[in-house]
Parts: sequence; structure tokens; C-alpha cells
Amino acid sequence: MISAETISADKFVVENVSRRGFLQGVLSASAFVLCVGKIPLLASAARIGAPSEAADATAAIGASAFHPSLFVGIHSDGAVYIVAHRSEMGNGVRTSLPRILADELDADWTRVTVVQGDGDGAYGSQDTDGSHSVREFFDTLREAGATARLMLVRAAAQKWGIPESQCVADPVHSVTDLSAKRKLSYGDLAPLAAKLPVPRKEELKLKSPQDWRYIGKPAPGYDVAEVCSGKPLFGMDVRVEGMLYAAIAHPPVLGGKVKSLDDSATLKVIGVKKTIPIDPFKPPHAFQPLGGIAVIADNTFAAFKGRKNLKIEWDNGANASYNSSAYKKELQQSSRQPGKVVHTTGDPDSEFAKAGKIVEAEYFAPHLAHASMEPPVAVADVQGEKVIVWSPTQDPQGVQEEVAKALGLKKENVTCHVTFLGGGFGRKSKPDYAVEAALLSQKTGKPVKVIWSREDDIKFDYYHSVAAMYLKASLDDAGRPKAWLQRSVFPPIGSTFDKDAVYAGDGEMSMGWNVIPFDVPNFRSENGQAVAHVRIGWLRSVANIYHAFAVQSFANELAHAANRDPYDYLLTLLGSPRTLDVGKQGPPGTNEKYPYDIARLRHVAELAAEKSNWGKKKFGKGAGMGIAVHRSFFTYVATVVEVEVDDQGVVRIPHVTTVLDAGIVANPEMVRQQFEGAAVFGTSLTRTGEITATNGAVDQSNFYDYQVARMNDAPKQVDIHIVESTAPPAGAGEPGVPPFAPALCNAIFAATGKRVRELPLTRNGFS
Amino acid sequence: MVQVKVNGQQRTFDGDPEMPLLWYLRDILGLTGTKFGCGMALCGACTVLENGKAIRSCQKQMGTIEGLNITTIEAISTNGPHPVQKAWAEVNVPQCGYCQPGQIMQAVSLLSAKPQPTDQDIDDVMSGNICRCGTYQRIRSAIKQAAKETA
Repeated sequence: MISAETISADKFVVENVSRRGFLQGVLSASAFVLCVGKIPLLASAARIGAPSEAADATAAIGASAFHPSLFVGIHSDGAVYIVAHRSEMGNGVRTSLPRILADELDADWTRVTVVQGDGDGAYGSQDTDGSHSVREFFDTLREAGATARLMLVRAAAQKWGIPESQCVADPVHSVTDLSAKRKLSYGDLAPLAAKLPVPRKEELKLKSPQDWRYIGKPAPGYDVAEVCSGKPLFGMDVRVEGMLYAAIAHPPVLGGKVKSLDDSATLKVIGVKKTIPIDPFKPPHAFQPLGGIAVIADNTFAAFKGRKNLKIEWDNGANASYNSSAYKKELQQSSRQPGKVVHTTGDPDSEFAKAGKIVEAEYFAPHLAHASMEPPVAVADVQGEKVIVWSPTQDPQGVQEEVAKALGLKKENVTCHVTFLGGGFGRKSKPDYAVEAALLSQKTGKPVKVIWSREDDIKFDYYHSVAAMYLKASLDDAGRPKAWLQRSVFPPIGSTFDKDAVYAGDGEMSMGWNVIPFDVPNFRSENGQAVAHVRIGWLRSVANIYHAFAVQSFANELAHAANRDPYDYLLTLLGSPRTLDVGKQGPPGTNEKYPYDIARLRHVAELAAEKSNWGKKKFGKGAGMGIAVHRSFFTYVATVVEVEVDDQGVVRIPHVTTVLDAGIVANPEMVRQQFEGAAVFGTSLTRTGEITATNGAVDQSNFYDYQVARMNDAPKQVDIHIVESTAPPAGAGEPGVPPFAPALCNAIFAATGKRVRELPLTRNGFS
Repeated sequence: MVQVKVNGQQRTFDGDPEMPLLWYLRDILGLTGTKFGCGMALCGACTVLENGKAIRSCQKQMGTIEGLNITTIEAISTNGPHPVQKAWAEVNVPQCGYCQPGQIMQAVSLLSAKPQPTDQDIDDVMSGNICRCGTYQRIRSAIKQAAKETA
């Protein structure tokens, strides 16, 4: 008999689902299992088509078609299982998230097994992007852990026949009777706790921060040993019995179609089975496959070789007119004209009309490709009405949805197993490649693995947007800006979902553009229109990249114009501690939870100056340091970059100092890694990152013409300082990226007197 | 027909002689620890050892490997983790981890040639291996730590 023993943790529901046969083979019948979901499990059972009658619902829940994605289970032997329902791509979620729950549970971390959750809508968004994981699930995970702990305590009290107040979850993984000094292990208590009702939320007692065992304490990655021994963890490593391999010749231009095909040479390649056409998408392209010709083979090499031997004539369509050099001029032209007003404070036009020193500057940043080390890959096995997909995906529910749509099936019939991701950076939340695998599996009647080559990855990405920015300020006698105008023009992400979208969405404008953290009485931000000719998508920190580049470079230019030290001037610009009115930052409650606190931004800047010896360190010819600050994903970051530039313009980065305030940090070790990595990611995009197109086709193809930072050009030493904070957790994966490019370019200006207004550095005679 | 030794085991191959060793390892033998990253010897994800020396398996065609002795990531830790793997774990090097088997194989090769490498040695040898997550600074310290432990 199932009783819906539930509590509501905000929008989430905790249920006691012991003895319902979850993950048979992992958990035994007597295990104590709590499930945390967005929809009560009973509703989920109904949703997947089971009758609402209790016994049938039990059967439905126990069936392999349904897996809870966020749960904690405790075996009678004391083994604890925690599901990671977010995707692991180097962001550390398989370590950081379960440790939050384990902390409130007072579980022994060495006895925790992490289980990767499949895609399932019952658990809210699993889309692992936007630096959401810890900040969105911190409270829920704590409450789930505290719920399980309280139930174990109650089980002990019941067993001993003593009041609950006499029992305490201590030492780790056990409950102690305070009066008699006897104790019971979690394993012993699990079968009893499994029979208890779930306590109400008001009954929970969350631990005080000083009692945290794991939260805020550095811990290495849960999977390090497996990763270092080459275990088959990644999407690229998936092998299914009877699987075929596919490589796809995509139309070189977005929206292109096959005009004619000669596959005779392809079919002669050893191991090639056949070719299969994939239909072009219907606009907007969204997450649909690009279309083209798939080569089906019995190994990857044969598929690649067969593809090389295809003779295809393409009808390139309207986007064949896209040329990056002409497009750049268009964007720059339109950035000089009035655009759509995004935000106004005071009256900048009147101020500009008065006498004052006017400073103007234009900035430009090109398209970027994600270039995760593991190119897109997916395996799909279509069996009648059901589909199983194995994919390195940031968005397993997106995979379910898109595969279902493409195959005309129900979303519930698509199972998505989430593998490890060999990098994601936003690319792998677009499931087009998984849809390709599913379509081909349907057509061949066999499991099919679709493998993108590096060339596919670079040429057919959802590109980070190209952007032109125009900035203008009027300075008073002291060199302080009285008026500030900024205009950005770029093809928006919205164009991926609406072919007519030409203006930026609110999200893109909120990324460092609608308002700036500077104390300027008269301000206006604008956005101009731009038509997209390639697929536009989000890439690690998104519009913050070009917006921070423009704003933080311009701040440095104003410091120079005012003849002031860039750091001192930056503090002047930031002004006195206050809450910045940023407009709506997210769902209701977000602004209250995450006010834009200028004091915190000032603090990271001050600490970065201190830690980097700003103003004290002496530099020789061709060397110098630059600073930039930026808040994104509610995290405050200041970065100081030291640079050495030789006579040939070769740029070396001996040292980077990054200070961040991300509120409460779940695992400082993971946060450090993210910010160390962000400096390298920032180096790549600043030095060499550039995607261009000629006649609609992307020019770059592999790591020789789309270069990313290697050990010898990455920063030699990156020091990360984490500000201790009791504020709610904020983002960690992305906010390290935006301040890097302006800090490096400001350093180059200090070192050489050359101002970089266009990325990458290779466009400016540097390398 | 080609004869090759992989992780101590004698193998024969009679497929397409143009097939790179990488895909033979991954698709035919199922040794997926060796990764595909670029197919052009630009990223080092496919690094394996040939008679103890690092090579890019994506460039080694099966028709040219007669009699070679190949070691992959799967075979360096038979008696507990290799010192390089141990150092990698202690320094907590990996983020996504995809490039790390290649990085580790390159580091094993480096340390067997130069047991006490300088920073310059490390940069010179390891710069052929790309890590998009940006773990280079930890890779450098892990190599130094492994060098210390095996000294």
C-alpha cells in the first residue's frame, strides 16, 4: 500500500519510496530510500500511463522505464547511494552535489556511491548549464539529507523506546543514545527508517554551518581514479551489441540541401554498409539535425573514410551570402547608429551635449566554437516504439524531447542514459547529434553510434555570437564619467528558435549590458539588430564575454584618459557600496536572494589588487598587469593578469590572480578548478579564438586553424582566492571567464601601449 | 595480415591497412581508454606507448605497425596505480577527464626519458596535449610530484 508521504521542499517533494523496487540490482528490498522530485511519484506513475490504483502504480514505478533522478538510498549494510541528476563535464557535480546531501545526512563520504540519473522530467530541469547546479539544488539537497537523518534518528528512538530528543546522529553514519552511550549504525537503522512516514518540513533541523562536515571543505573529484585509468565513462566510449557506426556529411552552409549524390566510391570502402540521407530541418533549426548524408559502417574509420569519398553537390541556399568580413562591417555600422533602448538612467543626451571630454571606442569580438575535447557523439537504439539513447549530454530531457519529436514517439518512451561528458561548455545542451543517432537507428533497425569528427565539431557548432560594441563617455574635469552610452549588436541566441529574431533577449542583455556597476549619473544601454547566418548558441558565460570585454576595456581607456591608475580608477567608477538596480534577474525571489551588491564587487577588486601586489610590483619593458571585474551568475570576480610581450609580439602570461565571491561554496576544490580552467579558456578566446565564414561556410576546421591554449601558452600560474561568505551559493562554472579577456588586454596596454579593441590578439599583431 | 602486440597480447589484424591504430584499439579491441580528439595529431588525446615511447595512435596506420609493441592506458596500472596516475589523483588534475589518459601516457613517456624534468622539459613535451578544461598547471605539478616519488 502506498501512502503519499510527502513534504514540499520549495517546489520539490520528498517521498519515502522504500520497498518500491527502485534501481533493482543496486538497492535491496530492505533499503531505506527517499526520492526528491518536482512531481510526486504517484503523479509520475500516472503520467507514464499507469492506472492510479495503488498496486498498479507500484508496479509502474518499479518498472525499468522509470528512474528517479534525485534520491538517496541506504542499504542495510550501511552503503549509501546518492543520485547525481546533473551532468558531469568537469564541473564537479558528481562530487559537489552528493556531498551536500551527505553532509546533512551525516553520512560517511567513503561509503557513498554516486549513481548517475537518467533524463526524467519529474526532477525539474536537468539542463546542466547557466552555472545552476549548486545554487539551484543546495537547499533541496540539504533538506533531503536532513529528512533522511531525522528518520534514522526516529528509527533509533523507536527501537530503543526513548524520546527522539535523546538521540543524536553522531558519530558519522550512526545514531547515539546520549544517556546510555549506546549506538546504532545507519545500516542497522535503514530497514526501520524505511517504514517511517516522511517528517514535515517544519520538523527538519538543518545543521549550522560550523557543523558542516563536507560543505565548504575541499574534496577531490569522486571519479578521479576511474578517469585516470581510462575506464569507459564517456559517450565516445559507449559500445552496444550489434552497433553500427555513422559519420554524416552535413551541408556546409546552414540551411543547405543535397542537390546530387554519388556514393559509389563510398560503398567500395571496406566496412561501409550503406548511405542514408537525413532530411534538412524545417526553420527555425532549433535542435533539429542539419540534414545531409550519413555513411553507415561497421567501424568509425570506415564511416569517416566513406564520407570522404562521397561526391555531393550542395544547394547552399540563402546563407551562402554570409561573409564574415562584410558582416563585421555591417555590425560595426549598426553599432554607430541608435539602437533599441534597453535601459536609461538620467539624461545622457543632455549631458553629452554639454562641454566635457568625450571618449569613444569600438570593440569587436568574433564567433567562437566550443571545441570540447570529446566531439559530439551519441548512441541510439530504437526498438519499435521505444528508444534508448546513451549520450554525453548537458540536457537529457532535451534529448528525450527532441528524439521523440523527430521519431513521432512519446517523450516517455525515450530513455536517455547520461554518460560522462568530455567537456560541454554549452554545446552539449543542444541534442541535435542524439537525434541523428536515433533517426539512423530507426532506419537501420540497429543501434547506431553517430560520431562527429573534430572538423564536424568546429564547422557545425552552435556558435558563440559575434558582437560589435560602441561605447561613449563624457568625462568631467576630474576625469569621472558624467554620461555613458553603450550599444551592442550581435545575432541573438533567439535566432536559433525563431528565424525572425534579430534583437537580443533579456537574458543576453542581463549579461553585463543592461546596466553596469559604475557610478554614472546618466547612462543608456542599447541593442541593435542583427540577422544570424549560422546556428547561434550559448558558450561558457555567453554574452558576458563580449560585454565584459567592452565595458572593462573601456573603463581602462577612461582611466588612461583621466591619467589615473587603472585600479584606483576602477574603484572610483564602482563608487560607494550600494545595491545596484539591475531589473529582473530571474524568477520571483531572485532579486531578494541575489541583490547586486557593489560592496562585494569592490571587495574582490581590492583583494585582487592586494594579492597581486598591484602598484608594488615593478615591470620591465614589454611587461605589465591589467585588472578587470565582472559579476555574472551572481558571482563577483576580479582578475589581475600579468603579461610579458616580446619584440615579435609573442604574449606570455606568467601569473594570474583571480578573487571570487560566490557566496557559500559547496566544494572549494571544484571551484578552484573551475576558475583555474576559466583563465585557460579565457586565454584561448583572447589569443586565438575566432570563427569566420566565407560564402556561408565556416573557414576553420581543426586545432591548427582554431587554436586553443596549450600548456606553453596558457597562464603559467593561476592563483585563486575564494572570499568566505554566508550569502546564498552562486555560480562557479562560468563567471571566471568574462573578466579574463579585458584583464589580459588591459595588461597588454600597460605593457606595450597598444590597445586591443578587437579579439582575438592575433588580429592585432600579437600571438 | 598484420601482427602487433597490444598490452602484452599478440594480435593479428587483416582489415583496412589504412585504419589508424586509434580506431583499431577503440572499435575492434574495445580499448576505449585511448581517446579520439582531432584525428590529426594535434591534440594528443590518442597517445599510446610504442616500445615505451609516446606516439599519436590516430596517425599510425595498421599497415605500418607490424611487430610493434603497443601499450595503452588500460595496461599501465596492473599492480595498483602507476606513479603518474597516483600523482594525478593526489593533485586532483582531471576536470572532465577526457584528455587525461593521453596526458598521462605522454607524462609516462616523458618521465621514462627524463626522470627529473625541468619546467621547460615539461612544457616542451606536454604542449602537444590539449586540455580544453585547462588543467595544465595541475598537470605540471603532478608530473613533478611523480618525478619526486620515483626518484
